[in-house]
Amino acid sequence: MNIDNKTYKKYADARAKKSPIWKNCIWAFCSGGIICSIGHFLRGMWMRFGLNGDNAGMMASVTLIFAAILLTGIGVFDNIAKHTGAGTLVPITGFANAIASSAIDTRSEGYVLGVGAKIFTIAGPVILYGISAGVVYGLIYFAITVI
Amino acid sequence: MENRIIIPERRIRIISSASVAGGDEENGPFGGSFDITDVNGRFGMETWEKSESEMQRLALGCAMRKGGIDVDSVDAMFAGDLLNQCVGSNYGLSDYRIPYFGLYGACSTAAEGMMLAAIMCSSAPRRCAAVTSSHYCSAERQFRYPLEYGGQRPPTAQWTVTGSGAFILSSEDEDCGEESEYTPVVKEMLPGFVVDRGINDVNNMGAAMAPAAADTIARYFSSGRDVKEPDMIVTGDLGREGSGILCDILASDGYDISDRHVDCGVLIYNIDEADKHSGGSGCGCSAVVMSAHILKNIRSGVIKDVLFIGTGALMSPLTLNQGSTIPGIGHLLRIVGEKR
Repeated sequence: MNIDNKTYKKYADARAKKSPIWKNCIWAFCSGGIICSIGHFLRGMWMRFGLNGDNAGMMASVTLIFAAILLTGIGVFDNIAKHTGAGTLVPITGFANAIASSAIDTRSEGYVLGVGAKIFTIAGPVILYGISAGVVYGLIYFAITVI
Repeated sequence: MENRIIIPERRIRIISSASVAGGDEENGPFGGSFDITDVNGRFGMETWEKSESEMQRLALGCAMRKGGIDVDSVDAMFAGDLLNQCVGSNYGLSDYRIPYFGLYGACSTAAEGMMLAAIMCSSAPRRCAAVTSSHYCSAERQFRYPLEYGGQRPPTAQWTVTGSGAFILSSEDEDCGEESEYTPVVKEMLPGFVVDRGINDVNNMGAAMAPAAADTIARYFSSGRDVKEPDMIVTGDLGREGSGILCDILASDGYDISDRHVDCGVLIYNIDEADKHSGGSGCGCSAVVMSAHILKNIRSGVIKDVLFIGTGALMSPLTLNQGSTIPGIGHLLRIVGEKR
């Protein structure tokens, strides 16, 4: 095949079977919706336990994080996420899984150089740029409200 | 087109081989054919890296036991794996008092090791070993994501095989090794060139490796050898995607191999049932399929003449992040079954 690299790459990209995008979207929409509904249900449950709206919302997040980490620990989360994709990745469950899975993986290298140094390998960029975006937003908000 | 085919000066036989595999491989079409398996892939070890080392130790030990071969009679061993600093081989083979050469050929290591062992055996009556391994859990951790990370893979992605293969080659005159009617003989070898066609998709290794395999195969047949001569043309781990590309490239070069081409990455799993996307990959992929299936069939006389091309994607996550592409390699061996 006497073609240049650019043409070869185009040929390879064109013949590669694509991910089933509609199927993935539907799965993500439904599973993400279910997780958020569970979150809403949890918020109601915590309010019934006497928490105010803000605290109950926070506890709903904490409960979802706990559930995601527990499912990661017992090796179930990745099997669910294989189907649900962005449905489990985008809510707080995906973030919890990214941190917990890194921690489990690096445990064999010790608590300092392993877990300590590598726990944020995947979540790190989200934290860094999330906080950075927050700072920028804060500065803009400050400028608008004060000046 | 230039070809640099190496024809050994002595008759080099693969006198013994062994395979060690994990659970997914045991559940595949060759389940029951592997010499040693462990369903959970731990092999009694605490870390996945140690499990991989243990697989190599078991594979070489098993190959020596099957062939009735003593450690002192092996002149050298060539071994490698996918892990940084080739720790799978370094630690796994430290029990054996055999001169050791560490290799990195990515997934082509089984072919590269056999080739170097054959070259070493070619100059004098010698006995050399080639050992290699890959482990899904240690490779995934090093090259991709943590094991429990919940992500989705595209259809072109491949799955690292948990497996280790050991091969013992000999150029001695005495009849030794595994009992069988036929014995596999390494007739010709053709080392590959590093071929980089600009693929940078870590989830499409088949496309990165196929041009390298095609380059080696085309050079081999350009020497005047007939495509119809070998019963089988076996590639290492191109997967479904890479196999299609390989046949396309070679067809456009005038070599139609589609009726006799098989790929170890496609053979090793029941791909659709096990949801293995494009198939298996890794050093262990071609090593265990060669040992448990191809060489076994050569020994029993079912297959007579095989062209084996060990394929490797020489990928580094570091250079990939820096914007480099993925070079590929394909090492070729012609293995023929001869009466003992």
